[in-house]
Amino acid sequence: MSTAWTVVLVVSVATIAIKGAGPVLLGGRELPARVIGVVELLAPALLAALIVVNAFSSGRHLVLDARAAGLGAAGVAIVLRAPLLLVVVVAAAVAAVVRLAT
Amino acid sequence: METAHRARDGARRAAPLAVAVGTFGVTFGVLAHTAGIGKLAALVFSVTTFAGSAQFAAAGVLSAGGTAAAAVLAAVLLNGRYLPIGISVAPAIRGGRLERLLRAQLVVDESWAISNLGRGRFDPRLLFGAGLAIYLAWIAGTAIGVFAGGALGKPENLGLDAAFPALFLALLSLRLRDSPRSPLAAVLGGLVALVLIPFVPAGVPIVAASAVCLLGLRR
Repeated sequence: MSTAWTVVLVVSVATIAIKGAGPVLLGGRELPARVIGVVELLAPALLAALIVVNAFSSGRHLVLDARAAGLGAAGVAIVLRAPLLLVVVVAAAVAAVVRLAT
Repeated sequence: METAHRARDGARRAAPLAVAVGTFGVTFGVLAHTAGIGKLAALVFSVTTFAGSAQFAAAGVLSAGGTAAAAVLAAVLLNGRYLPIGISVAPAIRGGRLERLLRAQLVVDESWAISNLGRGRFDPRLLFGAGLAIYLAWIAGTAIGVFAGGALGKPENLGLDAAFPALFLALLSLRLRDSPRSPLAAVLGGLVALVLIPFVPAGVPIVAASAVCLLGLRR
């Protein structure tokens, strides 16, 4: 089997297992109150990390590029109570313009 | 009827993201080719794995001449976050074991974030509708990339890479009042990721940041 197929198959099986573990073992049941307290904080912690990684990193490098400008524009749009779609479109447009200009 | 309606609602909310995800699927298809992953293998990868960042990482390692083990490790580390994410959405995923296993595969960052109702609860139908829309866009994009290849521009030229942090920021702004400790968790999560990025393989900063939620164990 080629290297590529080995990687594809092993990663596929691992991902299916990782994604499925929680729902298969705990699925459909309400979580205990203490776990809810933890899950409640998972959203802000994970979302913040996703923002940082998606906006300011490239591999292991911290970078400040057009994505940061897009994120800033998104922040302004959110403060102005723009709908979700507009927030995303504004961020993409600003990032594209900044990238074109630099 | 209500069920179908809510699933459609999820798909509609996910539509702009599905477009962005689709274009990255195109990029993945093109990149997979340069990494020596064949057309069929690339398509199978997107159908079975459905985790863009992990697929990009695996292809990236291979195209840089890395070993299969290094490519697998990078992808699995990146997908580590789906363990806590899976636990968080478990109550919203119903049905028999096999059905739960299959539905769990539609959970990605974006569908998880969109279906979050706050206070640790998730809407099962939004989760399914948004996940399905993004899944189909990812596969269609991969297919276009694999077969039509380089004729299309890079998503970066349209600023689409900035769409993802913008989405997560918008969704974070909705989650800050869930609990008095939510803003603290956000600041700490962001800081942990920021500090770790230069020192650990991609993916680890996100998994480490998710550990901040253990603050919730304290009364």
